[in-house]
Amino acid sequence: MAEKVLMKGNEALAEGAIRAGCRFFAGYPITPQNEVPEYMSWRQEEVGGAFVQAESEVAAINMIYGAAATGTRAMTSSSSPGVSLKQEGISYMAGADLPCLIVNVMRGGPGLGNIAGAQGDYIQATRGGGNGDYRLIVLAPNSVEELGNFPKLAFELAEKYRMPAMILADGILGQMMEGMSYNFDPIDPKTLPAKPWALGINDGSRGKNMISSYGLGEGELEKMVLKRAERYALIERDEVRYEERFTEDADVIIVAYGISSRAAMAAVNALRSEGVKAGLFRPITLWPFPSKRLAELAKSCKAMLCAEMSLGQMIVDVKLATAGKIPVHLYAKPGAFFPVAEEIAEAVKSILNGKKDFLFNLADLADKADNTCHKPENKICKEGTLL
Amino acid sequence: MKPVTKRPESLVDIPTHYCPGCGHSVVHRLVAEVMDELDIRKRTICIAPVGCAVFADKYFNCDAIQGPHGRGPAIATGIKRSKPDTIVFSYQGDGDLASIGMAEIVHAAARGENITVIFINNTIYGMTGGQMAPTTLIGQVATTAPKGRNEKLQGNPINVSEMLSQLKSPKYIERVSVDTPQNVMNAKKAIKKAFQNQIDGVGFSFVEVLSICPTNWGVEPIKALEFLREKMMPQYPLGVFKDEGKKQEGK
Amino acid sequence: MYQGVRIAGFGGQGVVSAGVLLAQAGLVEGKAVSWFPSYGPEMRGGTANCSVVISDTEVATPVVCAPDTAIVMNEPSLPKFEPMLKSGGLLIINSSLIKSRPTRKDIKVILVPCNEIAEEVGSARTSTMVALGAFAGATGAVSLDAIENAMKKVFKRAKPEMIALNRKALEAGAKLKAE
Repeated sequence: MAEKVLMKGNEALAEGAIRAGCRFFAGYPITPQNEVPEYMSWRQEEVGGAFVQAESEVAAINMIYGAAATGTRAMTSSSSPGVSLKQEGISYMAGADLPCLIVNVMRGGPGLGNIAGAQGDYIQATRGGGNGDYRLIVLAPNSVEELGNFPKLAFELAEKYRMPAMILADGILGQMMEGMSYNFDPIDPKTLPAKPWALGINDGSRGKNMISSYGLGEGELEKMVLKRAERYALIERDEVRYEERFTEDADVIIVAYGISSRAAMAAVNALRSEGVKAGLFRPITLWPFPSKRLAELAKSCKAMLCAEMSLGQMIVDVKLATAGKIPVHLYAKPGAFFPVAEEIAEAVKSILNGKKDFLFNLADLADKADNTCHKPENKICKEGTLL
Repeated sequence: MKPVTKRPESLVDIPTHYCPGCGHSVVHRLVAEVMDELDIRKRTICIAPVGCAVFADKYFNCDAIQGPHGRGPAIATGIKRSKPDTIVFSYQGDGDLASIGMAEIVHAAARGENITVIFINNTIYGMTGGQMAPTTLIGQVATTAPKGRNEKLQGNPINVSEMLSQLKSPKYIERVSVDTPQNVMNAKKAIKKAFQNQIDGVGFSFVEVLSICPTNWGVEPIKALEFLREKMMPQYPLGVFKDEGKKQEGK
Repeated sequence: MYQGVRIAGFGGQGVVSAGVLLAQAGLVEGKAVSWFPSYGPEMRGGTANCSVVISDTEVATPVVCAPDTAIVMNEPSLPKFEPMLKSGGLLIINSSLIKSRPTRKDIKVILVPCNEIAEEVGSARTSTMVALGAFAGATGAVSLDAIENAMKKVFKRAKPEMIALNRKALEAGAKLKAE
């Protein structure tokens, strides 16, 4: 393993993509991912790739569509509102079976929200996000080191299954610095296997290549979608990735991804030192989701706690995986506040002691809700400043 | 007997879906002839739009990609910057280019991308059934302007060629028409130049083609041609708006 | 060893890069480290801050909500960070610019006239380095050598004279003791 160097998440990501052979980047300024296009603007030139500051998020993703169609390892990055805008092109690329890398350095939403790290785009990322039946391979790093090393994995999976891959990070991961090292040597894109489907110069050895997402003939689209579903099935079978800590004997397993998993880990450590049998389950691929393993774990633990920086999105998948066999609770930090390890630990204790402290429950909110806030003279949201 | 004309190699030998009298067929043929004559078929990439020309990817006998509505110039940018040795052209209608894709065309032009854009202006949305386009003339009836386009309600038509020619980066902008044999020949010359420019690395080249849509205009093709000459041409005069065909360094 | 640190001050005081330096110094010594800045609108009004964690074991959370040490370089930062500090934590105050005094009795305090010491050392721009020295001296979380080493990695174009000057500032700060 190479010596660890101190790197900012966004820069580790950008350099990691370059090392992974990314030779086309288009993006649009948005906090908290601005270091990515800034880094790419000079680094792509150094390695003979191309960088374009696009006129919009929509244009950026469509530039990726064009570049990816030529077989180039192409990437765009943005943050939540920008990724919403990109859905058009993402859907097209899924429909056209094109590999590419999209990075979402999530921030608070909905709307303009705020610029702090958040996890409110889980559903959007794992269900496709744009129109139509499709999936993205979604990788959720929880450290600067993973952020730097995942672009290679993302490109490889995207190319293996011919579909877009997404790295779902957040503002904290993007902005923070940590010691990290790359676990692979820089890849010269010229050494990558040829892509026979790609657009480009035709030496006469092939017919014309066409890239499109439409199937307007009778039954044509259904065939295309079902064919794609076969690949999705293979991915769900073969590409699931996750990390477990102290799950073997755990009474309560905390399920958390990305930056939240680190607060969860601190909670697990604290609980274990007090003799509470807590464990951590961290999905690394959010799609394919590690449902099978969670179903197994549901047989050995008493309950699960999802720790999310959202109103509870991943919990949907955890509940589907565990199919009602055990209670699944939620510790929620929406609005882009960092999960507090002590609170997560308290939430675990609440589960074990039949209490409600730090457990998020919409039904409880309804009981508490102040109906007067819905009157027009009262503001629902308080004016305030960011974190 | 010696054939005097034949299907260009750059057109696939399948029937098109275009309506009788539609201008797309003519322009497709012109582009294909130009690709043959310049011997660029094997390195050309066509970007098909959303609209009536959506199947252009099937018709042109070269590599092709069909993209989201209006995004052709962004896709072209991605392709050309990744593979500078290819010849990239975006084929777009007026709804695609001048409405939903206005940002993409303006910025590709402003960046001076070394690509070729063929812009078909027939003043109407064809594929979706005759809705008002940004190019629809004042008084012209459309399914979303049943009383005719009203300046007070829907504003005035956009003259894309004139607008783009205000930018510094574009190298060649011309408006042509396919209403008469002479104009068809002129259109071919313009299209050829727009491709030759790209081969020579000159830069952004744009040809607007005035075309007819008898189906959605609800008139016979002959009447449609009259409409083009009498109504469209005064609003959209033919001519060269920009021609700075000097070879530039780089890009 | 675990040290969660917050460093806060005016934009021009170099608190954010001082944090990078601290994280880099920890890395030099083989520790697990993290650094996390304030960014965007949070920095409006000219006050910046960052979180640094230096730890023997992996860093769980990079956002330091309850610091072991807070280094406050300007007046507005004192009321913001004093309440956050852990009980028994260390508060390093730039007494050259901060006239208020902390009210908590359950914390340790070092008053460091950073700007005056920096002037004596030879450059007003080393004031934050004086505070870092005080931190290193009081906590032992990182050595002065590690910080100097980190300077060479972080400020690659820094001239040897500048490094030497900053080293002097570190040493001057490290001599100060908690009250």
